[in-house]
Amino acid sequence: MSAGAFAITIALTFLGLLAITFFIGRIIPIDPVLAVVGDRAPQEVYERVRVEMGLDRPLIMQFVSYVGDVLTGNLGTSVTTGRPVASDLARVFPATLEMATLGIIIGVVLGVPMGVVAAARRGSLTDQAIRVVGLLGYSVPAFWLGLIGLLLFYARLQWVSGPGRLDIFYDGLVPTVTGLMLVDSIIAGDWTVFWNAVSHLVLPASILGFFSLAYIARMTRSFMLDQLSQEYVITARVKGVPERQVIWRHAFRPIRVPLITVIGLSYAGLLEGSVMIETVFSWPGIGNYLTSALLNADMNAVLGATLVIGAVFIAINKISDVLYRVLDPRAR
Amino acid sequence: MATTREWLLTESPASRMQARLGRSYRVFTALMRNPLAVIGALIILALVVLAVFAPYFATHSPYAGTLTDRLQPPGPEFWLGSDELGRDIWSRIVYGARITLVIVLLVAAIAAPLGLIVGAISGYFGGWTDRILMGVTDVFLSMPKLILALAFVAALGPGIENAVIAIAITSWPAYARIARAETLTFRNSEFIAAIRLQGASAARVILRHILPLCSSSVIIRVTLDMAGIILTAAGLGFLGLGAQPPLPEWGAMISRGRAFILDQWWVATMPGFAIVIVSLGFCFLGDGLRDVLDPKSGGKQ
Repeated sequence: MSAGAFAITIALTFLGLLAITFFIGRIIPIDPVLAVVGDRAPQEVYERVRVEMGLDRPLIMQFVSYVGDVLTGNLGTSVTTGRPVASDLARVFPATLEMATLGIIIGVVLGVPMGVVAAARRGSLTDQAIRVVGLLGYSVPAFWLGLIGLLLFYARLQWVSGPGRLDIFYDGLVPTVTGLMLVDSIIAGDWTVFWNAVSHLVLPASILGFFSLAYIARMTRSFMLDQLSQEYVITARVKGVPERQVIWRHAFRPIRVPLITVIGLSYAGLLEGSVMIETVFSWPGIGNYLTSALLNADMNAVLGATLVIGAVFIAINKISDVLYRVLDPRAR
Repeated sequence: MATTREWLLTESPASRMQARLGRSYRVFTALMRNPLAVIGALIILALVVLAVFAPYFATHSPYAGTLTDRLQPPGPEFWLGSDELGRDIWSRIVYGARITLVIVLLVAAIAAPLGLIVGAISGYFGGWTDRILMGVTDVFLSMPKLILALAFVAALGPGIENAVIAIAITSWPAYARIARAETLTFRNSEFIAAIRLQGASAARVILRHILPLCSSSVIIRVTLDMAGIILTAAGLGFLGLGAQPPLPEWGAMISRGRAFILDQWWVATMPGFAIVIVSLGFCFLGDGLRDVLDPKSGGKQ
């Protein structure tokens, strides 16, 4: 695919995302005009507000102005917070980013070696155990694991801090620079806040990490098995290359590129998976924002958050796609 | 017994039914050799039996509780403890099996045919039809599924029916992709050409001849997706957007138990085990089915 065609695909995908959120905004049973004027407003007021909101225009024109609004960063005003949705989202997004990033680091650091070991010892007890861990990642509800984690590690063992990003008395001690609590506390040089943030972050991030670990280990194992059955591996073994070297120097090298795609997909998945985790841990990120907006029927906020998560998700997917093309000599 | 087996495994079946039964028998025996698949099948069987005969397995009413028995720990009276309204958690989990089963069956019944038809039409006609349908499919495929389902439920309103619709809307594209790929492999084959020469309409070719051939790979994929469907449904229930109280939906039960997690751990924990066991069952069975029906990708997974 040429660069131009690729750009068009991306543009169409984003347009599709906008069409979906626009469509969802139209099928709400709540009349958006009534939400503004109240149900006792006289007919003339109702009509005037309807025209002001542009709801009398044809659907396609409404869509065009919606796309224009989104492109200029106007996502409407949140009913619950009373602020523009766009600035709300910018405020909460770093919290999600911080958690998902730590999660993917945990997932990669543990998942890749697990997958390699499982492939190298195919059929062994280790392999079976890793397979079951992988399948558990597909069958354990994230919110439930979060609750169990809080029960065990916070309430019973007291190894970590509870819900939230910081203990209440540390709140607001460090000035917000990046919005990432770990980075901000380092910039401020406040190590008490840093370690407090770590103790709050480690549990939800580990749980997210577990889900990416399950996926990454499974894919790594499958890629490695592909390579280990290739003839060049047999040649290396016949030549007497030590097994450790066969695995890491020969078989692992070619799978680094497809692994990047897998890691990218998994990272995007974590941004989505953090919705449930954030609800359980009262983590002030985009997922928590989305779910509390859902419960308050705050549609502008719901659609704005959906749009942002969707856009980031698509962007990460496409970036890993591009990276794959750039890094893999065969795909060039 | 030996003759029945020979009749099933014969290389030259005399009728269509014999061929089909023979194929099912081969798949069955291959599955039985895979221990994880057997465990998975047994779990699903247990789920179905529990759901169908719920009144016989439940020790209490799933709805009526006695407030004096509230938050009792697991014991001889309440096997898995009781919740904040004094209802027996075991009985609620048993009745919840019905809800889980209904949700996955409905989602499969909506999403699989929808995906099959879109994919088959796309693959059979090709050209602009294909481009437009696959464009839409790809847009849906590149969206985050859970978020999309959340937004749809938010717009449609909470409830089981809307949860089912939302999950189905987000899961059909994968099936459309598979069905299209399958259709492309035999769209130019001679038996399709022969049927067309006999004057069969496009609708007839697709419905009677293409769809049956695509369905087995879609069925594998649906089985593999079941765990994800259960988790999404439970997640919607947990957020209060799925099944509404007093329905004993497992995700909603966990949500109710959240308030008591520190002191009465069993209220939130027990329904979670039910979700994990059933999802694992579908994963095991789906993995096994893929190993048997699709040996190429099965060996390395």
